[in-house]
Amino acid sequence: MKADIRVALVGNPNTGKSTLFNILTGLNQKIGNFPGVTVDKKTGFCQLPDGRTAEIIDLPGTYSIYPKSKDESVVFSVLADKAKGLTPDLIVVILDASNLKRNLLLYTQIADLKIPIVVALNMIDVSEKAGIDIDIDLFAKKLGVLVVPVSARKIKGIDQLKNAIAYTNKIALQQDTIDVEVIAPQIIAQIKDDLKIDNPYLALQLAHQHETLSYLSTEQSDRIEKLEHEFSFHSQKSQAAETIARYNFINDLLYDTVKKPETAHDETVSNKIDKILTHKVFGFVIFFAILMFIFQAIFSWSAYPMSLIGDLFLWLQKVISNVLPAGPLVSLIVDGVLAGLSGVMVFIPQIAILFALISILEDTGYMSRVTFMMDKVMRKVGLNGKSVVPLIGGFACAVPSIMSTRNIENWKDRMITIMVTPLVACSARLPIYTLMIALVVPNRNVWWIFNLQGLALTAMYLLSIVSAVTVAFVMKFILKARERGYFIMELPVYRMPRWKNVGFTMYDRSKTFVLQAGKVIIAVSVILWVLKSYGPGDTFSHIDQKYHQTQYTKTMTPDSLTKVIASEKLESSYAGVFGHVIEPVIKPLGFDWKIGIALISSFAAREVFVGTMATIYSVEGDADKMESVQQKMHSATNPDTGQPVFTLAVAFSLMMFYAFAMQCASTVAVVYRETKDWRWPAVQFAYMTALAYTASFIVYHWLK
Amino acid sequence: MTLSQLEVGEIGIVKEFTDLEMSVKLMEMGCLPGEEIRISRIAPLGDPIAIHVSGYQLSLRKFEASTIVLQ
Repeated sequence: MKADIRVALVGNPNTGKSTLFNILTGLNQKIGNFPGVTVDKKTGFCQLPDGRTAEIIDLPGTYSIYPKSKDESVVFSVLADKAKGLTPDLIVVILDASNLKRNLLLYTQIADLKIPIVVALNMIDVSEKAGIDIDIDLFAKKLGVLVVPVSARKIKGIDQLKNAIAYTNKIALQQDTIDVEVIAPQIIAQIKDDLKIDNPYLALQLAHQHETLSYLSTEQSDRIEKLEHEFSFHSQKSQAAETIARYNFINDLLYDTVKKPETAHDETVSNKIDKILTHKVFGFVIFFAILMFIFQAIFSWSAYPMSLIGDLFLWLQKVISNVLPAGPLVSLIVDGVLAGLSGVMVFIPQIAILFALISILEDTGYMSRVTFMMDKVMRKVGLNGKSVVPLIGGFACAVPSIMSTRNIENWKDRMITIMVTPLVACSARLPIYTLMIALVVPNRNVWWIFNLQGLALTAMYLLSIVSAVTVAFVMKFILKARERGYFIMELPVYRMPRWKNVGFTMYDRSKTFVLQAGKVIIAVSVILWVLKSYGPGDTFSHIDQKYHQTQYTKTMTPDSLTKVIASEKLESSYAGVFGHVIEPVIKPLGFDWKIGIALISSFAAREVFVGTMATIYSVEGDADKMESVQQKMHSATNPDTGQPVFTLAVAFSLMMFYAFAMQCASTVAVVYRETKDWRWPAVQFAYMTALAYTASFIVYHWLK
Repeated sequence: MTLSQLEVGEIGIVKEFTDLEMSVKLMEMGCLPGEEIRISRIAPLGDPIAIHVSGYQLSLRKFEASTIVLQ
């Protein structure tokens, strides 16, 4: 789609910016990357009332254009870098009408960059309810921009906002907020001159941020560095003076335009909720109850849709093998692709539930209370209160969680968080845990309400948190800090979750999971099918010949004969050969060569394990009796001993292996992207694999 | 007297900062000289604290609070 005008949304966190973005663009959006950095760039299109199309860019929420974290640094570089063609024609600054003072700081900074602005005064309904009286006409007049009161949650004022976007001039008409040039007159004048810039505030920002702006040439950056020394420019002092000047402007503006009720010290609803949710005792009780609820929900709510999806695939496999003539192609589709896919698709309900619950916790503002409560503990183990969100997000998927560490300002805290987040039991481990627990843990209740299987799963989740915290504690002593740590964070007021946003996140994340995992799984299933359907040389024809001899055809039923042939073929196939090669290494963990095949194939992604198991065990299944993976694995026996393969010891040993091992190519890639150094993912991979082997070994020998 | 010495519910007015680096970050978040700050609550484990400032709630560690000198 070609856009006539580019519009950027800028605002503080928690101002309803994403909600507004979703309303303006509908489902017509995509997530990409800002060039050069790995911060998500959300763009979408919006039809304006005059028939033009606007491309809307959602910039990361920030309190100021002085970046404190990686995420925030995007805002200024997008607005300033004209060369990359990302600079917006118009900026919509979203202000929270119920919290104008702090919100206006960012506005004044953006305004002084002299890009055309429209102000969206969001949450106008909330501020009206609180008795805040804003003289919007005077407010707009003093700023010199169009100000549109909106309520993104109630979808009010959106048409007016679109009108304002359409009719705003191409030339910036806003009033100056402060006299920028008095802050550092000489260096501003010199930079303006040298770099041919006519905006004094842009020049001042370049003096502050030139070291981190990739679009400046080395000469330009060196030149600014020299000017800094020449005019003894002190970045922090200059920023302090600027911030004070800006707040003076804001106080004057608000004095004239906003009347607040005198009952500011009243107990707000949010305060009352906080008294309970951050209470010394109840606070933690509620937090753990919520975590417990999430795990129970994942298990119990998903049971029905999961069995539906499982049945659907069984039906599909049956139909295809009945309709199409038997042959290698049908075998590839039924035993390869479909068997592998069904292993992943059944977990969509669980992943969707998890993502929905996490996004509700974030949306309501509860997640920042968890950060607030946990900061002291987290600091003790070398993390930061803000590490809680990636760690909890790690229950869903390490990849977005590691990306979300960008808002942790401190380098050391951020690195440790990145290093331990993959230990948290992510949703890709869920299929493995579910399968193993279902195989060996009886499905009954203890103490009335606790399902034994649910408890086993909870234990695996707790273990993952304990291990993440322990590793973090060790790393605290290994890593050296680069700068001082601090913790300054807004506690947003509690709000009802926006169900549309929750639904959107749920849909979006599940889709990404299915698409990304699906691709890998289809590829792996096909390769695996080839590896297990063919063997080196003419071994397969030898097996066929062997069982054609009368001593077998006479004494065995045709049914058991096919079974014996199939399993012997699997063992001598390429996959079987691979499995046998690594068997000596994994034997101490209780794994046989079949599990070895699954381990190798799930090297790139854990969720492949179940699909692989399905493919491997479908070889032995009866052709006309389709069984689920679980049934097949349950009836699997060791040919030497006649005992079941999946004993308690083996199942738990496997779970331990997957709990610790870094079996995820996407995580390795994202850790590299975030750290820009191969040593980080390498160290991570090594320590996790070592932990996995040790833990499996201990558990297997203990339970055996 | 610094902000970290106030009890829950008490109010103070910011006079100055003892730490330039922290002051820049705190001022951006609305903790400015002349601004009224009220202690809303203390985290269950004693640190960080939550304060009411500039019309919203902000949390910060006791260390950061100790760099804010009150009038």
